Amino acid sequence: MSSQETKKYPSVLLQNRHPDRIATLDEYRRSGGYEGLTALLGAGNPKQAQQVLLDANLLGRGGAAFPAGKKMMTIAENAPFPRYVVCNADEMEPGTFKDRVLIFADPHQLIEGIVIAGYAARASHGIIFIRPEYEQAARIMEREIEVARSEGLVGRNILQSGYDMEIVVHRSGGRYICGEATAQINALMGVRPNPKQPPPYPTTKGLWQRPTVVQNVETLCCMPHILRNGAQWFGSLALTENGAGTKVFCVSGRVERPGCYELPMGVPLKEIVEVHAGGIKNGGRFKACLPGGASTAFVPARLYDIPMDYESLKQEGFRLGTAAVMVFDHSDCLVDATVNLLDFFARESCGWCTPCRDGLPYIRDLMKRVEAGRGSTETIEKIETMCRHMWSAYCAFAPGAVSPVQGLMAEFKDEVMAHVEQGGCPFK
Amino acid sequence: MIPEPTLSHLKDRIAAADHPRELVVDVMFALQEHYGYLSDEAVETTGALLGMSPLQVEELATFYTFLYREPVGRYVIHLCDSVICWLDGAESLRDHLCRKLKIEMGRTTPDGLFTLLPVCCIGYCDRSPAMLVNRKVYGPLTPEKVDELLEKLKQESE
Repeated sequence: MSSQETKKYPSVLLQNRHPDRIATLDEYRRSGGYEGLTALLGAGNPKQAQQVLLDANLLGRGGAAFPAGKKMMTIAENAPFPRYVVCNADEMEPGTFKDRVLIFADPHQLIEGIVIAGYAARASHGIIFIRPEYEQAARIMEREIEVARSEGLVGRNILQSGYDMEIVVHRSGGRYICGEATAQINALMGVRPNPKQPPPYPTTKGLWQRPTVVQNVETLCCMPHILRNGAQWFGSLALTENGAGTKVFCVSGRVERPGCYELPMGVPLKEIVEVHAGGIKNGGRFKACLPGGASTAFVPARLYDIPMDYESLKQEGFRLGTAAVMVFDHSDCLVDATVNLLDFFARESCGWCTPCRDGLPYIRDLMKRVEAGRGSTETIEKIETMCRHMWSAYCAFAPGAVSPVQGLMAEFKDEVMAHVEQGGCPFK
Repeated sequence: MIPEPTLSHLKDRIAAADHPRELVVDVMFALQEHYGYLSDEAVETTGALLGMSPLQVEELATFYTFLYREPVGRYVIHLCDSVICWLDGAESLRDHLCRKLKIEMGRTTPDGLFTLLPVCCIGYCDRSPAMLVNRKVYGPLTPEKVDELLEKLKQESE
């Protein structure tokens, strides 16, 4: 497989990527940048943008895969102003670094996406919510927003259309939960970022009780291309019928070439790992991967050929999440890896509700017991029961946190039981 | 006391904001920059500037990873311990740093130069194992590269 030639696919979101610098406004324009926005503002119909995004089947790239067009359409016609677009650049899902790469590659693509989303939602304010680890990206965005402003692409009377939109960068203090849309809105308002259970949804009552559309960086970056080339074109980029567009896969772990690869939606997992990421390093064998961040379940080797799109994974009981493919090889103990994942979730739980705050450290401790060879069948049963309890937590964080645990129990029960039977970790 | 230019810059920004409270993290970062950490005085000043009680500020100050309610060293090292860095040896790197700096995780060296903290995935899984020093990223790391970096930082501080 490793001798197979790297297949050529169209590069869309990362077409202007340079190894050592960001793309300039001129370069972005030469590749068709701001044409979509120009046409949209010329036509003067926000609903047209909502419809084309819906027709394109653009699903939210931040992990939840909610249709972007549908989200816009939930804003009532007579909803109050001002309205907000929040660009979620708080990418904190372990294994995920695509938003950083997208910002460093082509910041104007994101700016155009925000203005398009803003126009579709009739919003006057755009806010880029960014994690503190990405300070350099925050500065790039601030600088390029000013460049866009000087060209009449942001600010008052954009492209002489009469449409006004300001974009600002908001720096987070840094916590995983801030990536959750309702928690992010609280963070923006300077209150403790607890999640909020809908309804009302942010598109009804979001930031400052006004309609707010929260979209991931990559989702917004897709918008200019959809507006320019059409919904049908976007659909045709995917290799599978149910998929649409390209996807920026962040590949890491036991591969030769970790990094971000923009590939068609629906590309087989095996091709991502073996061809694009250079295969498993040090002659290892693919054992499993987390297909879309830490809050997805381990995909085992029997599904190595699975097309990587939302629907194909869903049919097998998995989630594409952020498409952060974290690869484990035959020498990795998945029980030990799960302990690490639980450490992350136990630490990052916002603490607002009891199942998550108390349940996750408990599951982590039980799992540690198993890893150390001090677990029994009762311990395993307890873990499984506790995982089910996480569904009564306040937000999606806790069910997400136990996804790898439940996946481990479903696909790698033998490995878990080997710890119990041997009284220790078989990999040590 | 906070220098007047810093204070008046913050006051200008607050006056221009639609909702002053949206600036609370920025204000805390600015005061932390001045004091070296978010001191009690900084918490009170933040509250006074934004019309919040010290308790409301405290609730946020203790929530966020990059706000420090205790004094920290000149260089704050955040070592990523999430799954990809962990796969690539973050634990042995942690042991190496603790040995080298002669401190435990969460502590500051007696000379006030280095604070060592664990941190969740920093989004540099393509450069694992990685860490941040004053929010600047370094990776992929080896014990040798860590030694070189510490030496360089020590020299810079002299």
